Amino acid sequence: MNNEFEPKIVAFVCNWCTYAGADLTGTSRIKYASNVKIVRFPCTGRIDFMLLLKAFANGSDGIIVSGCHPNDCHYTSGNFHARRRWILFRSLLDFMGIDVNRIRFAWVSAAEGAKWADIVNDTVSTIREMGPYTEYRKAASFLAENEVELAKEMEVPQ
Amino acid sequence: MSELINKVKELFDKEAIDLFIGYEEGSRRPRPFFAKNATDATKLVFDDRCQGNLAVYLTRKDLVRGKRVGISASYYALKSISQLFNENQLNKDLLTIIGIGSDGNLSVFEGQEQIKAYLKETPPPAKPEDDELVSKINAMSPAERWEFWTDELSKCFKCYACRAACPMCYCTKCIVEVNRPQWIQPWASTLGNMEWQINRVMHMAGRCSDCGSCGTACPLGIPIHLLTHKMKESVLANFGGDDERGNVLSTFKPEDQESFIL
Amino acid sequence: MEKKHISQDSLKVWLNKMGNDGQRIFAPVSKGDKTDFKYITSADEISLDHIQTTQSAKAVAFPRTEKLFSFEKNKGDVQLTDFDAESVPYTVVFGIHPCDAAGFRPLSGIFNWDTKDKPFNAHIDRTTLISMSCTQCDDYCFCTSVNGSPGNTEGSDILLTPITDGYLVEIVTEKGKNLVDKYIDLFGADPNINKDDFLAKLPVKFNLEELNTKISHMFESEVWKQQSERCIGCGACAFVCPTCACFDIQEDTKGNSGNRLRCWDSCGFSLFTIHTSGHNPREIQSQRWRQRLLHKFSYMPERLSVRGCTGCGRCSRACPVDMNLSEHLTGIAEL
Repeated sequence: MNNEFEPKIVAFVCNWCTYAGADLTGTSRIKYASNVKIVRFPCTGRIDFMLLLKAFANGSDGIIVSGCHPNDCHYTSGNFHARRRWILFRSLLDFMGIDVNRIRFAWVSAAEGAKWADIVNDTVSTIREMGPYTEYRKAASFLAENEVELAKEMEVPQ
Repeated sequence: MSELINKVKELFDKEAIDLFIGYEEGSRRPRPFFAKNATDATKLVFDDRCQGNLAVYLTRKDLVRGKRVGISASYYALKSISQLFNENQLNKDLLTIIGIGSDGNLSVFEGQEQIKAYLKETPPPAKPEDDELVSKINAMSPAERWEFWTDELSKCFKCYACRAACPMCYCTKCIVEVNRPQWIQPWASTLGNMEWQINRVMHMAGRCSDCGSCGTACPLGIPIHLLTHKMKESVLANFGGDDERGNVLSTFKPEDQESFIL
Repeated sequence: MEKKHISQDSLKVWLNKMGNDGQRIFAPVSKGDKTDFKYITSADEISLDHIQTTQSAKAVAFPRTEKLFSFEKNKGDVQLTDFDAESVPYTVVFGIHPCDAAGFRPLSGIFNWDTKDKPFNAHIDRTTLISMSCTQCDDYCFCTSVNGSPGNTEGSDILLTPITDGYLVEIVTEKGKNLVDKYIDLFGADPNINKDDFLAKLPVKFNLEELNTKISHMFESEVWKQQSERCIGCGACAFVCPTCACFDIQEDTKGNSGNRLRCWDSCGFSLFTIHTSGHNPREIQSQRWRQRLLHKFSYMPERLSVRGCTGCGRCSRACPVDMNLSEHLTGIAEL
């Protein structure tokens, strides 16, 4: 059994650009790391910052947030709003010592299948080097048993 | 002090107000006080020892509904009042605002425009201690910052004094009380406490007056006002001074700059 | 009551020995300008200079979050794992003041008034309270006004009083005696002194009789409105209180399994009484303030024969808007 750490990455992407872009990656037969679980949203403006925190608390080691390039938003301004939110959110997380290097923000259009593959591969290799994000999950567990479960989870990579 | 008392007495004598929100002498320092007539007004005080932000009472329906209210407001309270006007929470016709500057001078404000003009030309009182603490935390490594905040926030028992003391936290249903879905664990645990603070501070972005009442209110002395102070700095650094509406997250500029989006 | 003496050094040895013998020690530790109870590993961590810790020691028997049971769903079956009383570690609470020790009685009254609460009793049964008489007090303290005193032994298993040289040890209960007997070499003979000479002098602030007779008939009084005007409705007073026992039941689930939790709540929160329909019987802050005071000074004495206040004054110290309890009670007693 392979005991090497396999990062779990959750990607929050918008329906109109990045999801279509990831589709293109597939139809173009570009291979990329399979560690990523894509969650599709109508727009980056809908990606609540709590979703990112919940992903970390529930076992994600890294997060990708991606949507349409500026001026390309299907709803005109959703990504502009999202950008403002990320700027402040990222600076707040950094101030609190939450590892912002584990969150990748990107613009990936429907035509950028290759860019999507690069971003995923790059994120996976970075997170693989950084190791599992246990600090955050430890703060999540206030009962001693959770620590044991956590340790178990870490032992058996899927 | 006597100037304030005379002014408020005059307002009561003219029957211009039904209630005046100020401070009176308390156990160790002045505390919020609600004067209802000219005799009450003689108890009013206002000085450096006054803590908290009186604007918090302006959205308390059981206290102020239908009443003509006067308030003695510090720089920060004025800022909060202006923001409450932005958010359509106040009725100009029912409010008499007496601003008190750091020099102790009184100025009466008629509505939001005058407050805005005053805030524009008056620099905020310096907060050297907060600035120093924030730069100390900035200078730490991410691991040290995590250590610092998890240690501090592990103490939090979720009494929500920070929320109760904040003039901007007037929602009748707060996000921590939403249970479908339950975004934030309602019990006290380090992570739940952190998530609560992250939410609180994100909701304050651009609206916060930086008065620091949240930090002073915390019975456990957790320096949560540093989070809002830092947020204030981030807003200023990234989006410039306050825009007209005050809320930076409900608006945007196509030319907003960042350095981290791939 | 059996009395003994222990020296400063022997006290430390005693605490460390108890720790080594498997007792968990919960004692005041100071950090910055605040002192609070923590589980400690060495007696050197303890700080005794404070007048009052920010929080009471009630968390030892009524933790801010307690797992009542856990459950796991498995193909239509539900497997429950009940609270395991045996898992509760033996604990010594050291350095609590008499007002805190007295606070465990009202707590016990609430947790035992009909159904005997398993987790609470499990904690209490395995906890020994070694209290420390007060040699100093401040203007928020009012234990003497609610039948307490800086040297009150009620609720404690052992009460220490700092005297010129070391401590006077009063052994109040069997539990306390066991803990002394086990390390009897560390103790000396009764120093035979007048304890009162070493205690803080705290004047009585209000007439308890007056308060008792008046407060039960004050439900409709205007005084609640006047007093609670500045109250901002946070839960600080309830959470630092040694006798407040309001709790909320929550579920922490993940997939097919989870825990049912009991966590602190406060009658000062507007959410505390709100119904599913949206109706809130205690709609405004004055009603919630009334509930807080009547519960402590009228309902509890009537139903549980114990007052819900020990005069520690923590609520007044913690309050962001200076809702000074003794001042308000004095106001009511003098009405």
